[in-house]
Amino acid sequence: MFPRPIEKATPPARALYKIALPIALIIWLLPLLAVALTSLRSQADILNGNYWGWPTSFNMLENYTAIFENTPIGQYIFNSFRVTIPTVIGAVALSCMTGFALAVYKFKGNLLLFFLFVAGNFVPFQILMVPVRDFTVNLGIYNTISGLALFHIAFQTGFCTLFMRNFIKALPFELIEAARVEGVSEIRIFWYVVLPLMKPAIAALSVLIFTFIWNDYFWATVLTQGADTQPITAGLKSLNGQWLSSWHLISAGSILAAMPPVIMFFLMQRHFIAGLTLGAVK
Amino acid sequence: MRDYWRINQQRLAPVLFLMPGLLMFVVYVVIPIFQSVNISLYAWDGLGEKEYVGIANYVELMDDEAFYTSIKNNVIWLVLYMLAIPAGLFVALFLNQNVRGIRIYKSLFFFPFVISQVVVGLVFSWFYDPSYGLFNKVLGFFGADPMAILADEDWVTYGIIIAGLWPQTAYCMILYLTGLNAVDSEQIEAARLDNAKGLKLLWYIILPQLRPATFIAMVVTIIGALRSFDLVSIMTNGGPWGSSRVLAFYMYEQAFSEYGFRMGYGAAIAVVLLAIMMIYIVGFLYKMYRDERGY
Repeated sequence: MFPRPIEKATPPARALYKIALPIALIIWLLPLLAVALTSLRSQADILNGNYWGWPTSFNMLENYTAIFENTPIGQYIFNSFRVTIPTVIGAVALSCMTGFALAVYKFKGNLLLFFLFVAGNFVPFQILMVPVRDFTVNLGIYNTISGLALFHIAFQTGFCTLFMRNFIKALPFELIEAARVEGVSEIRIFWYVVLPLMKPAIAALSVLIFTFIWNDYFWATVLTQGADTQPITAGLKSLNGQWLSSWHLISAGSILAAMPPVIMFFLMQRHFIAGLTLGAVK
Repeated sequence: MRDYWRINQQRLAPVLFLMPGLLMFVVYVVIPIFQSVNISLYAWDGLGEKEYVGIANYVELMDDEAFYTSIKNNVIWLVLYMLAIPAGLFVALFLNQNVRGIRIYKSLFFFPFVISQVVVGLVFSWFYDPSYGLFNKVLGFFGADPMAILADEDWVTYGIIIAGLWPQTAYCMILYLTGLNAVDSEQIEAARLDNAKGLKLLWYIILPQLRPATFIAMVVTIIGALRSFDLVSIMTNGGPWGSSRVLAFYMYEQAFSEYGFRMGYGAAIAVVLLAIMMIYIVGFLYKMYRDERGY
């Protein structure tokens, strides 16, 4: 293990490490902690400039009720779910199939197609922006949830295919060969042999894509406008303009926007990290 | 029909499985790239007739001061964003221990990456606020005058990059933590017997084993730096006076904003950005190709 395990260090060093850990964490998360605390502050505190001291009163209920009552934040959050969930399902489903095809079959242009998915996944969004917006307008789904979700599904398929293909490639190929010898059809091999083994990959991708899409801001501003369709990221930006210096409300909104991916991360931590660090170890 | 399927299924199955995903990807990603390149040769407001102007948009870019500001800022982003890699390694080394509760610490350190850049941007705008922000409280504590980082042409880009480094460092940290988990402990013990320790051990024994993690960290950091848009849009909207623009933001501004809907000009900026990114994309694909061939 590197660095040398702290248990083997001298007692003072060990004690120092144990003190340093929480201090480092508090400094690291200070901006976030301050926001969490500010979301509980009263209007009076904000007016008096009490941003960093202890709140004079805790107004959690008032502040959070206020943003739900006075702003469409509930609708924004609902929209985020309506975009994110179909995207997760769609992109994961499509990439299970593309990944399977690229990992299992040898055909001409296999690697080329694979590289197409990989390269597409890295291009700057701006090169897609004008045509995708135009295309979405022409389909009549500009400023709709489906318009945004369809694009996300298509774009995320690139990254998901990279992930799935490499995952299936690492599975023991003998399983598929054995099934073929038994006369099992290719579709049944996909469904009954490979898919059950892909559960960890599906879990990892689901949490990752959930987080990516939930946090997407760029496409939300390009393909939607107004509270009926905009997800929370874009919504927060427009609320920020309206609220001006009502930092307690902005903070409460930020905390709400951050919640779902944070909860998702804590629930599925192992899968999340497995997905994110794919390829970090040989 | 059934027989035809049974005999040819190994040739037909890949087509079947690829079709839906590939179709979506081609329609929404591959074709738009070429369309953008094409649009960059036109003057177009997004609604009316397109007018072919050849390379006029690119010629105009050559004389556009805002374009040079954006490129300059992109270079600063690219260089400074790389700090996330050593910083991430540093945090990972700090956390790579087996004390009680360390798993919770690791997850909490990872937090900034999980939350949206919109939230990160808001949090940092507030952190920099000249009258209330913690940053200025700290400056005041040391007797310095308050600074409005986000309103200062010379500092604004650095201020935004620091906000970006926060989640990016968390990302690199997690990559290195995973990498450190897999280093060969026998090699380390052997090196320790030879009296290697500290930085020397890190440099000669550990870092070479962390190369896959470093590679991924570089890829995601470079792409992240060139894609920077959210933070600029949230924190400054390109200001003050356009001094914090980056290519990704400037393109958006030209295509969809009060400055008029200059789709062709915007597309030309996007093409330049893509050309820069292609250097890295091709490099990445080349490495993947070599790995696939098993060289």
